[in-house]
Amino acid sequence: MQPFTYTRAETTADAVHAVVAGGPGTRFLAGGTTLYDLMKLNVERPSKVVDVTALDGLDEIDTGGAELVFGALARMSDVAAHPLIVAEYPALSESLWRAASQQLRNMATLGGNLLQRTRCAYFRGGEPFACNKRKPGSGCAAQEGINRGHALLGGSDACIAVYPGDFAIALVALDAQIEVLGPNGERTLRVEDLHREPGQTPEIETTLGHGELILRIRVPKSPLGRASTYHKIRDRESYAFALASAAVALDMEGDTVRAARVAIGGLATRPWRARMAEQSLIGKTLTPQIAREAGDLALQGAKPGRDNEFRIELGARTVADALMIARQRA
Amino acid sequence: MTLDQIAEAPTSGVRNDGSEVTVRLRVNGRDHRVTVDPRTSLLDLLREHLALTGAKKGCDHGQCGACTVHLDGRRVVSCLTPAVQASERQVTTIEGLASSDGRLHPMQQAFIDHDALQCGYCTPGQIMSAVACVQEGHADSIERIREYMSGNLCRCGAYVGIVAAIQDAAAKMRRA
Repeated sequence: MQPFTYTRAETTADAVHAVVAGGPGTRFLAGGTTLYDLMKLNVERPSKVVDVTALDGLDEIDTGGAELVFGALARMSDVAAHPLIVAEYPALSESLWRAASQQLRNMATLGGNLLQRTRCAYFRGGEPFACNKRKPGSGCAAQEGINRGHALLGGSDACIAVYPGDFAIALVALDAQIEVLGPNGERTLRVEDLHREPGQTPEIETTLGHGELILRIRVPKSPLGRASTYHKIRDRESYAFALASAAVALDMEGDTVRAARVAIGGLATRPWRARMAEQSLIGKTLTPQIAREAGDLALQGAKPGRDNEFRIELGARTVADALMIARQRA
Repeated sequence: MTLDQIAEAPTSGVRNDGSEVTVRLRVNGRDHRVTVDPRTSLLDLLREHLALTGAKKGCDHGQCGACTVHLDGRRVVSCLTPAVQASERQVTTIEGLASSDGRLHPMQQAFIDHDALQCGYCTPGQIMSAVACVQEGHADSIERIREYMSGNLCRCGAYVGIVAAIQDAAAKMRRA
């Protein structure tokens, strides 16, 4: 691991100032489960680290108002187990407890989770593998390599690394927003606008500028919350990243779909909202066949590589199953 | 010395340039102050600086659970916890689980009774995770035990015994 200097920020303004003043080699540190891991692999090599875990008031879970408000330092395990989230927003709870292990969920913060970096083995593995995300211009070893777990949607010839997170998929389905503090003050953006497709600059993963710090996540309260699920298909039953996942939420009138939200994970380079699938469901009676047709629409445009074509059908089935699970909760 | 007194000790804290950090923490009821490079993990602090070698280094990347300890009563993987983030906090390791008279914790006894190990390398992490699993209320069914113990891998495949041990100890811990 490259040596670095460590400071602990006392206020959000100090944290932002320290990262901006420290220059591009300076990083925020929260739970550490991604950054510190990648520092051990020499994939991340910050010269300065600003610890934000001591900041006051950013670990709140406020369900009392018109929105659910989660402080960026709230721990994954605490939000996953919050009684109102479990009962009224199962997609949020499931996307959290079906991620990682309880030890990691006790450490990882919500803000850090949104910014979790890809598990692409060529990215994490370091030299001699080419990776445009790790070393811009070096190429992408995954294109002709072992790409069973790589993205089918949103990729480019420069990068097909999957966005690995689960929670962001559920947040995108539920129209969540984040509050961000940066050197030019606060702003709000949709979670859907946080992550970028790689294009020719896969090293730029989000729309956050240097020194911008996520403060809070806001989820509008909605009747779609209760009839929702985060369905995650993995190589093993627990403690694995998604081969395919779907966050869906339904507003039903009897057997008829009034409104639907569909977002998919594990299949794309960023959280992937499937609006055509949503549109296809409105006014329909939700049957397994209608659900499967929506699943096919969600995967429309998927470009398989050598080893991952099976995940097109897997993804469509995951969406279909998720819709039928959510239907049971309406 | 209490944690508060340690916190006020004049020599403590982060060095001005941040290249060394002084970590004050309470491990298994004993207070320590250790100055380390900020790269140091809590696992390495425990093993290399405090000679507490119960927590094991398996993968060193948060994937195997062999290094599981409790930080302020919650289970974490100590390999991905920068030691400096354990400052002013309480750590419990496998060495701190038995009572002061040497009587084993019910979970330790249950692992023996149910033959829940073979080589034993993952066992300290399994037991620390299992104790937390019961305390969290996640040991109320075999399915939930499996789900909430999935962060602790056992290459010997002692899982059947581990689940049985947790069920047994959970009942005893609830009665205690």
